[in-house]
Parts: sequence; structure tokens; C-alpha cells
Amino acid sequence: VPPTISQHEMDHLLMADSGVVETLLQRIEKADDGVDSLNVAASLGVDHQVIVGAVKSLQALGDIISADLRSSKHWELTVEGSEIAEQGSHEARVFSSIPLEGLAQSELMKLSFGKIGFSKAMSNKWIRVDKTQEGGPRIFRAVENIEDQVREKLLQVQKGNFSQLDEKEKNELKKRKLLSEVTVKSYWITKGSSFSTTITKQETELTPEMIATGSWKEKKFKPYNFEAMGVAPDCGHLHPLMKVRTQFRQIFLEMGFTEMPTNNFIESSFWNFDSLFQPQQHPARDQHDTFFLSDPALAHEFPQDYLERVKKVHSEGGFGSQGYKYDWKIEEAQKNILRTHTTAVSARMLYKLAQQKFTPVKYFSIDRVFRNETLDATHLAEFHQIEGVVADYGLTLGDLMGILHQFFTKLGITKLRFKPAYNPYTEPSMEVFSYHEGLKKWVEVGNSGVFRPEMLLPMGLPEDVSVIAWGLSLERPTMIKYGINNIRELVGHKVNLQMVYDGPICRLDS
Amino acid sequence: MPTVGIKRDLLFKALGRTYTDEEFDELCFEFGLELDEITSEKEIVSREQGDTKASDASDVILYKIDVPANRYDLLCLEGLVRGLQVFKNKLEAPRYRRISPVNGDPQKLIITKETAAVRPFAVAAVLRNITFTQERYDSFIELQEKLHQNICRKRSLVAIGTHDLDTISGPFTYTAKPPGDISFKPLNQTKEYTATELMSLYKTDSHLRHYLHIIEDKPVYPIIYDSNGIVLSMPPIINGDHSKITLQTKNVFIECTATDLTKAKIVLDMMVTMFSEYCSQPFTVEEAEVPLLASHTLSSLFYVESTEKIAQLLTRMCLLSRATGVGDEIEVEIPPTRSDVIHACDIMEDAAIAYGFNNITRTTPRAYTVANQFPLNKLTELLRQDLAAAGFTEALNFALCSEEDIADKLGKKISETRAAHISNPKTAEFQVARTTLLPGLLKTIAANRKMPLPLKLFEVSDVVLKDETKDVGARNSRRFCAVYYNKSPGFEVIHGLLDRTMQLLEVKSARGEGYHIQAADDSTFFPGRCAEIIVRGKTVGRLGVLHPDVINRFELTMPCSAMEIDIEPFL
Repeated sequence: VPPTISQHEMDHLLMADSGVVETLLQRIEKADDGVDSLNVAASLGVDHQVIVGAVKSLQALGDIISADLRSSKHWELTVEGSEIAEQGSHEARVFSSIPLEGLAQSELMKLSFGKIGFSKAMSNKWIRVDKTQEGGPRIFRAVENIEDQVREKLLQVQKGNFSQLDEKEKNELKKRKLLSEVTVKSYWITKGSSFSTTITKQETELTPEMIATGSWKEKKFKPYNFEAMGVAPDCGHLHPLMKVRTQFRQIFLEMGFTEMPTNNFIESSFWNFDSLFQPQQHPARDQHDTFFLSDPALAHEFPQDYLERVKKVHSEGGFGSQGYKYDWKIEEAQKNILRTHTTAVSARMLYKLAQQKFTPVKYFSIDRVFRNETLDATHLAEFHQIEGVVADYGLTLGDLMGILHQFFTKLGITKLRFKPAYNPYTEPSMEVFSYHEGLKKWVEVGNSGVFRPEMLLPMGLPEDVSVIAWGLSLERPTMIKYGINNIRELVGHKVNLQMVYDGPICRLDS
Repeated sequence: MPTVGIKRDLLFKALGRTYTDEEFDELCFEFGLELDEITSEKEIVSREQGDTKASDASDVILYKIDVPANRYDLLCLEGLVRGLQVFKNKLEAPRYRRISPVNGDPQKLIITKETAAVRPFAVAAVLRNITFTQERYDSFIELQEKLHQNICRKRSLVAIGTHDLDTISGPFTYTAKPPGDISFKPLNQTKEYTATELMSLYKTDSHLRHYLHIIEDKPVYPIIYDSNGIVLSMPPIINGDHSKITLQTKNVFIECTATDLTKAKIVLDMMVTMFSEYCSQPFTVEEAEVPLLASHTLSSLFYVESTEKIAQLLTRMCLLSRATGVGDEIEVEIPPTRSDVIHACDIMEDAAIAYGFNNITRTTPRAYTVANQFPLNKLTELLRQDLAAAGFTEALNFALCSEEDIADKLGKKISETRAAHISNPKTAEFQVARTTLLPGLLKTIAANRKMPLPLKLFEVSDVVLKDETKDVGARNSRRFCAVYYNKSPGFEVIHGLLDRTMQLLEVKSARGEGYHIQAADDSTFFPGRCAEIIVRGKTVGRLGVLHPDVINRFELTMPCSAMEIDIEPFL
């Protein structure tokens, strides 16, 4: 916001002090390297505050002048010192009071300056005392002429010629309380970038009238203060996690991946676990890890022949597998849960794909998953899983690593390496690590693998079709991107709305 | 993922060389392990129980290593060293052999039919002429504990008992009896207890009390006797004191009782293969069932020059292999330690690990595919942008909440909602899936009361409703909800947002084919300040000024108006 000077102030400046302001500007123009406000005040015979006022008014108009505040030490006569400068020193006045015939000491002491003047004049040997006279001691001149140096010195100081006096003399006069040292603040004034000796009234803003009449051409406009902040716009905001989700969607779409319908939070254990060849006694299917439903507790419809094949591959093996060899129960598969991963949807999609003539597909999804886990600063009971799946003839591990490289490059991550890992439904499985330049170490950024034949073949996919997949959480990259340490500040009702208001746009690769 | 703590110096001694922490970390990474932490017993005790308790603890350096959940053969020093040494070509993969006793018949374990009611399976084996040291003994105990915690599912699936064979005599009987009829001196106790007494004795035992529930409610408890009636163990709770293992033990009898036979075999194999190393005839075990797998034809997951090369790679992973010369067929011998190998793909993974994942050339799938957005998500994305442009700020709330949030606090009965209920929530926050977005937005406002007014929030997200027409009996419904919170209710603001939304969705303000609102009664809203939103003749949602009771229950102080609609009809 530009500094505002009221119309009243402007009028005051122009009318009351315009003489001073203009004279000041003329002085500045003539001076080579600037003028001191004190000197100007002294030479114009006005109070220093008047010049200070003129300086401030000119500063408010922009860069007409530039004024630097400086302070200087300065000697000034005391009241007694001024009296001496005017009438002479006490000792000189004593000398001149004494007629040729002398003066009784008692008479001299009656004068106001008598006492101090007498002793000084005595030590200067200007006078003598004759104590033999009748009627008491009498004072006589001892010399014909005197030079009143004290007065001379004080007159020099009064004229501002401090340099005529040496330090010793100044200190002596100070000791006699005739001089005092004062600090004076003044401005050193030089020409500003838009110096001019004439000032006109400045407009604050362009108005419709000025545009209509063309008067803006003659007007001067008050400069803006570009240091100040603007007025915040009235606006709505998108949530940071959703902004990152939009970017991940964009990346998948750029890579030709089709979005899966993941709008089914409630899933049967069958699609969430059994179809993925995750055995029924696997710890992930425990009450401690998964949310089970009491209502609706069970799922009822399954593709019956597919279910039989899943049962067989678990309990007896088949499709080149020994299976897990346990008593597979439909009752376990029926149990409804809150899905623990979006791979349940991938399983449904791959099953659907297997029911048609096979064509290669690329699928992705980003949606909520649920874990009945212990909560802490980085773990919630629900989070968003990002998942990519590619199904084609003869896909290799090299293809998986190649596509992960392309995917992560779009996130600005180019240094990747892969660690062997174990996932129940992929074989081989690889954890994806990227080199974190800030932490100077490799950090896990995702998990990946090739879906097991025991998952794909019962669905009815051709034997030579491989399916590669990878996943990561949406929250973790978002927390890193936006520098959030506690996940509750990002997700859920405890969100810090100020953080949402202040959030930048999301470009993952920069 | 299980973590194994191994003394660093013992590990290096067994590996025959020392490593820097970085070098060892690198080796782990290549092999599929993770060096999780470098610590000491002292540090662990000090962290968990304070410095004073730690003063007596050992400060020998421990490596905490994360082992993949299916690799039970890497859960002890012996197995880990064996795997790494073979991987580094420093050791040939051992070939485990099943042998018969030098003299006499094999040991027998007779299972009686009573066990069917509680724990029906058992397998057993003998390790002959083993030499224990303190370290080997500790590792032996530690491995049992790791197996119990992992594959044995806290002893519920399998329980291991180990005994000094020279203190007992076979044949052994595995049976089940009522707890009152069982009496013996349990491990590290001085007198006999009945099983009933033991169960109450161990109620307060910090370790054993976790296993009591496995048999507690059964009419009979599992029990193993020798031919003289000496109790070996009462699985899965405790062994007898009589047959306990000591450093002097030469012959070890190992039994595994189980509710899952396959797992019992795996566990027994693991115990005997790991410690057969210390037998006078290394890698031999007496009368155990050791399964051997047939050969597999390998599908090509990555390019390797020749089948011979693959066979070499596999041999480095303890899978003795040879190319048969028939096509690309390789014959692979699966040792009993590798219960995780159930398909050719498991073998290929090991070949890939031995080759080095990071040595595989990266390629790109060639399939040409056209991307499609899921229409509901596309609509959601577009709508969200314009709702933010309309001055509302997006919130993001949990899909799970308490029953109170969606019922009592909104002035409704839980039975009126079509909520899906969770059977095992750890806290009230996870009792139900939300049926409306409104409570989440009101809680967001409550948590942000310090922010300047007005607060204008929205969310476009899924709720869950029971729906019998779906296979799982429930479905998601995509909703748009918005709230306005200020010193005045601002019904007109929310109404204006509805009008703008309809404009964005190309629905005109009109009865019939357009949209209109009409007064409705709803206990969430202030009487006379609620309307139904009707689009093309169907109700899609409501808007209005919230009831003061609702405002109070969400710990708010200002008037508030809100709207919520189903957006799926606009697809």
C-alpha cells in the first residue's frame, strides 16, 4: 500500500511551508554534495524543526530528495557564557569598573560580577590591592590595557568557529560552566532520483475522470510502496493430498493407464485375499490387522467355478503349484472386510479381463484402503494406495523395472534400485528404493512384483500372460512434498486449514 | 517381517571375515535382507527399561536384520550364514540327508485319536551326536522362539518341544486328557502340578499367559508321554522338566504338535536342518519326513544366456540344479529348508536374486493402450476444481467414524441409517463407515475454530451404504457436501452454491426436468429451515440451517448451514 499523505497535509505543505520547501530545494540544487539541515535552519533564521518538517514532507512525495539522518557533537554557550559574550568576562568588567583613583574593595564586592571577577583579575595580575589605604583595602589597575580572551573565545564559539579553540581551552570554559557540549541530530540532504525544485500536488490513483478528460497526462502520481504485501484474494482451496492425487492420476494417464473403479470400500475376504492366493491363516487376515464387518457380515455371490478353482489351488495346488495344503473354507472367504488394499479391485478387473478374449491392459487406481493397525505420527487406520498394473504376454522383470523407472522419473526420482522382498501374492517381489539426496541414503518408495501364477491361472488368463504391478502410498510423498511430519495435520478433521490455505500448487517433478 | 538379532562378531567369525557396517548392509540388500539396526543388549535394555537396569547387560554389538516373512530358514545365525556363504560362492549348498539309526529301530511317536479334539497332528525327528556350546544352545532356543512367533502363529498352529533323548525312552505317545488327569513337574519348577493348576499358575507368567487360550477351553489337553509315563510336554504350553536340554545333551528328540500338518512339517524341517550342522555327521537327521520336489520347467522372467547359467545361479541360492539338456528344462532339488518354494516362479525369483535384480536390463512393455478415466472420478475431479473456484475450501475426512457421529449427534437413530458396522474396532472412532460427509466437515470446523470467519468447506468423497443388491451387501455412494459457518446462518450462501453447482452440471432451475428445492422435515436441521433438493423429479439431497442441538453436539458456537447431495445421478 503506498504511503498516504492527506489532502490536509498536502495543503499545509504547499501553503504554509511552501516558501521554506522551495528555498530548501534551491539550496540543495546549488550544493554540490548536499546540505545539512542545521546549517540551512541557521542561515534562514528559522527553527530547525521547520526544516525537519519540510524534509519529511518531501520524503513522502517519493524520491525528490534523499535525506540521511546524522548526529553531530556541538558546543553551545551556557546562559552565563552568553552573558559574558555580550558584556565581557567578569574579570574584564572588574577591570573596567576601576577608575584611575582606585575603588574600595568593599564597593567592588557589591557588584554582581565582583567576587569572581576580582580573583580572576588578581590571578591575571590586572589589578592590585593596597591594604594601607584609609577606609580599608583599595583596588587599583595594575596594567593600562587588558585583552578579554575569555569573551573572544566565547564569541568564536557563538559564531560556530569551534576549531579556533583547542581542547584544553574548551574544557577550561566547560569547567567554568560557560560552555556545554550537546548532540544535535540533523539531516544530510541530497538530490533524489526524481529531484525537482518545483513540487506539484501528487495524485494517489488513476480515476475514471482522469481517463475521460486526459488529465492524467499532466498529473504526477504518488509512488507505490512495492515493499508492502498485497490484499489476499477471497478464494477457495483444494486439499494438498488431493492435489497430489490429481498429479498421480495425470502421470498414469500420460502413461496410457486406465482408471479402475475402486468405489467399493467393503470387500469380501475372497476378493481381498483368497483370489490373490493369500492363505486363510495368513497374519494379514487376523483381527489385529483387518477391519471385519458385523453388518453386512458376509458376501453371498461369487463366480462359482472360479471359486472352486481358487479353493483347489489353495488346498491341493494345481497350475504348477503345490498349493498351501490346508482345509480352505468358504466361510473365511465370505467374511466381509474393509479392503486392505486396492489390489482386491485389480483382482476383480483381471478376472473380468480373463472372461474376454485377452488384450493387453494397463490399469491404475488411487483410493482408500483400511488397516486395523496401531496408529502413530505416520500411520492412520486408512490411507490412499496408488497402484499400477500391466498385463501382457511375456512381460519380464526388466519390463517392471523399466516402467517403474519411467513412472518415478515423472515424480522427479531417477536413481532407483531394487531389493528382493516377500509379498504373498507376487513372485518375484521387489521393494523399490530411491536415493534421497537430502538424507544421503536409499529410502523405500514402493513395492512391486509379478503376480503369482496361482493367482492368475485360476482366473482363466492365458498361461503366457504375465501381470506386473506396483504400489505406494499417496500420503508419504505428500508429507515429504509439503514438509508435514504428523499425518493428522494432513488427513482427517484435525487438518490445519491454514496449511491448506497456504499450500502451493503441486508439481511432483520439481 | 521378522527381525533377527545376531551378535556381530559371532556372525563375522562364521562368515570367515569382517565387514564394515556399510559393506554388510550392501550384502544384505543384494540378498533381500535389511540391516535394520546396529545396537547392543545394553542399548535395548536401557531404551526399554532405563539406564539402571542396563548396567549389567552385555554391550556386545548386535545386528538386527529384517528377514522376509516366508524365509524361516534365515531366522537364526546358522541358516543366515549358510545362505550368505552359498550366495557368495564360499560354500557349497549342503545336501540334507535322512538316515536310519545305527542300531535298533527308529523312534516312534504314536498319536491317539483323543488328540483330534484339540490338536490333531504331530511329527518328530532325532538329531544324533550333536555338540552344543553356549552360543549354539542360545541360538537353538532363539530359533524355536522365532518360529513360534512367526510361522507357528504364536504356537496356535504349531508348537515345538525339544528333549534330551537320553533321559527318556520311546516309543512315545501323543494323546489328550482332561486337565485334572494330567500331572507332572514342568520345566524349571520344583514340584508337580496338575494341568488345571498349571493354567492358573501361568495366568501371571508374562511369557506363557499368551498361549493359555489355545487349549484353555478344551475338554482335553494335549500331552506327550514316554514309555515309562514320563511327561515330555504339554503342548503348546510347556515342556516337562525331566527331559530338558542342557549343554551336555548329545541326542535331541524334537516333536512338533500342530493344528496344521503342513506347517508342522515345515517347522520340524527347519529345526533339524538348521542344527544338523552340529551333528557328528553334519546335515543328517534321523527318521524325519524330508520332502523332495520334482523338477520344474522354468518360464523365462528375465534374459540369461543359458540354462546352465540359470542352474549355476540357483545352486548359489542353495537350490542344487542341473540343466537336463531337454529344451530349457532344469532339474532343481528343493531342500527341506525351503518350504517357501511351491511353484517354479519361486525358483525363478531365486535365480533373479542370484543374478542381481539391479543387473537386469530395464525394458519397456510394448503394448499400445489408450487411457480412460473412471467417469465418476472424472466428474469428481472437474467438480472439485470449480467448487474451490466458488470460494470453498476442500476438506478430507476419514471414511470411518463412530456411530454417534452419524446418528446421535445429527439427531438421528443409528437404526435409521444404512450404516455398515465394523465388528472389531479398536476404538469408537472406527465403529461404522460414514453414511454422510456432514459430521466430518463439522469436526473439521471444530478443530479450526481459531481460523477467521466465515469458514466455507466442502468435500467430494464416498460414503458407504448397505445395499442388498450388491455381492458384498453394501456399496459406496459419491457425495458432495458443503458447509458455511459464520455469525449468520448464510442459508442464501449455501443455496447459491447449490445453484452454481447445478449450473456447472447443466441442470436448469425448473420443476420437472430441472431442479428445485422444497420444504422438508429433518431432525438435523432447524425446523422450517430445511429443504429437499429435487433433480428431474428425484430427491438427491438436502440443504438447510443446522439445528442448534447439532451445532452444540459438534462443539460449535455459530450458526451453520449445509448441503449434501449424491452426485452419481449427474453422470
